Amino acid sequence: MKKPNFNRKYSDDITRESYLQTVMRRFRRHHLAAVSLAIVALIALAALLAPLIAPFDPDEITGSFAKGPSLEHWLGTDQIGRDVFSRLLYATRISLLVGLLATAISTAIGVVLGLIAGYFGGVADMLIMRFTDMVMSFPYILLVLVAASIFKPGLWSIILILGFVDWPGIARLVRGNVLSLRESNFVKSDLVAGMPLRYILFSEILPNTAAPILVYATSVLALSMLDEAALSFLGMGVQPPTASLGNMLNGAQSMTVLTKQPWLWLPPGLMIVVLVIAINFIGDALRDALDPNSGR
Amino acid sequence: MEKERQAAQPLIRVENLKKYYPIRGGIITHTTGYVRAVDGVSFSIAEGETLGLVGESGCGKSTVGRQLVGLEKPTGGSFFYDGRDMGKLRGREERALRTQLQMVFQDPYSSLNPRRHIYEILSQPMLYHGISTRDTVRQDVDRLLDMVGLPKKVLGRYPHEFSGGQRQRIGIARALSLNPRFLVCDEPVSALDVSIQAQILNLLLGLQRDLGLTCVFVGHGLGAVNYVSDRIAVMYLGKIVEIGPAREVFHHPVHPYTRALIDAVPVADPNRREKKAALSGEIGSSTNPPAGCRFHPRCPYATEACKSSEPRMRETAPGSGHLAACPVVMGKEAQA
Repeated sequence: MKKPNFNRKYSDDITRESYLQTVMRRFRRHHLAAVSLAIVALIALAALLAPLIAPFDPDEITGSFAKGPSLEHWLGTDQIGRDVFSRLLYATRISLLVGLLATAISTAIGVVLGLIAGYFGGVADMLIMRFTDMVMSFPYILLVLVAASIFKPGLWSIILILGFVDWPGIARLVRGNVLSLRESNFVKSDLVAGMPLRYILFSEILPNTAAPILVYATSVLALSMLDEAALSFLGMGVQPPTASLGNMLNGAQSMTVLTKQPWLWLPPGLMIVVLVIAINFIGDALRDALDPNSGR
Repeated sequence: MEKERQAAQPLIRVENLKKYYPIRGGIITHTTGYVRAVDGVSFSIAEGETLGLVGESGCGKSTVGRQLVGLEKPTGGSFFYDGRDMGKLRGREERALRTQLQMVFQDPYSSLNPRRHIYEILSQPMLYHGISTRDTVRQDVDRLLDMVGLPKKVLGRYPHEFSGGQRQRIGIARALSLNPRFLVCDEPVSALDVSIQAQILNLLLGLQRDLGLTCVFVGHGLGAVNYVSDRIAVMYLGKIVEIGPAREVFHHPVHPYTRALIDAVPVADPNRREKKAALSGEIGSSTNPPAGCRFHPRCPYATEACKSSEPRMRETAPGSGHLAACPVVMGKEAQA
């Protein structure tokens, strides 16, 4: 039963609190997520404005080699004398770019395949889901190694590879939701009302599954940033001299660096941890905020 | 000439309608049998008339309703709307005609998209079909709300902000938005509180009268169905066992199954505590229906003949329009 809500004003028109406003109001209640969002926004802004903020060119070799943090080099310099702080900014930029684009690609593929499989069913469903199982069961590191040996490893191939590897989860999620939504009475009533297929798929079914997709996409975003770091660490991802969080860690493989020069691996490592945790918190809060039936 | 033809011709004519659902199974998946949800149903409805369709759960009454609005493709038989065979129409012509056949759903909680506010839910179909334009749609939506007795200020609200009864009003408004001539009400009140049921029934009755709608009212309680229907058809295991004017069927039921259903309607009289001849047994399997009369395993009047020969629908009295499929009871009454 609906509880009377006296704080909200009821106007006579359709211009009451929009869905977006409701979502934002509920989102702000999750303090951890709100703080996370602020942190991610700050990092993203710093990464975006890297050319303005960075004190040095990320590839420029300055005078000092493998020096600890100082006033001139806030986070020290690496073995070949590049400023770590500048590289960190540019690396974050690359990592966010990889994460966002790979997530966009995999979400697009997953949504389209999931919609087709769920709505049409039958042979299409069978073929798509078997293909999904196949991609899912394939160890992606192997796939990436093979792909990297065929194509040249680099920024764009890693984006494409991660994009084409991360979609099965989304496809399954969408398919499952579409299967149940297809049988719902509001879709049936659209069919009875003779509404076109594109309206049913994109205006009725997709918005109802957008919330889980968005939540899932945040975890894909965090995962693909981790994957990028892992691949670059293995030397199969973003190629030097371009800085990425992964290949910055790559430079810290020796015992001496690990013990004696923590400024080389601590900043990119922390950056990855902070970004991944913050993005996951945001995903959690989104799940609650986007539920249309919670009625708060 | 044209007028005469229309008067003689019912708006809805259904002939030998069937719906079989395949059962798939086995090690290598194949069709192992069929669920005969609807197994040869025929009736017709005149313009402006309401036909009530009653029966137990699983008797196929909802399937008949869904077939009439095109949600299910019939396995066999034909359905004529306004003299045209809906099974033979294709594409644009079918879609144009289909908008005149609308449906009110059983569960008002799942029949409205939770992410759209009422204004969108009501206006989109009208705009798509060109029944209304950008300039007139607001007026049309207001008119619909007025028809179903909702205030105008609800337009911006989302379905979860409404009670069951209000949602059902919105569902009715949506069904009416395309100016249908024929409306299928699929158990429109069975998911609602008893106190709300009467309101919705009265609303439907009033709308049907004001708009001259032709309706099929599907329900499992004879009481509600009798209240809104001109004629009643009783279904058992995919077949109609009795059909006739509502008053006749309700007060002078012939088929033993109809009698059992009517006995099951509670009477609000504390002094009347007669023993009810409750139906024994379960509704038979629609995969493998009983031979002969499908009701015979549960029927108190069953004879040997009922187990082998399938009874045909016969008029109880010449010209009464009241048909039943029980030669045993009808034979007894003819003797008496």
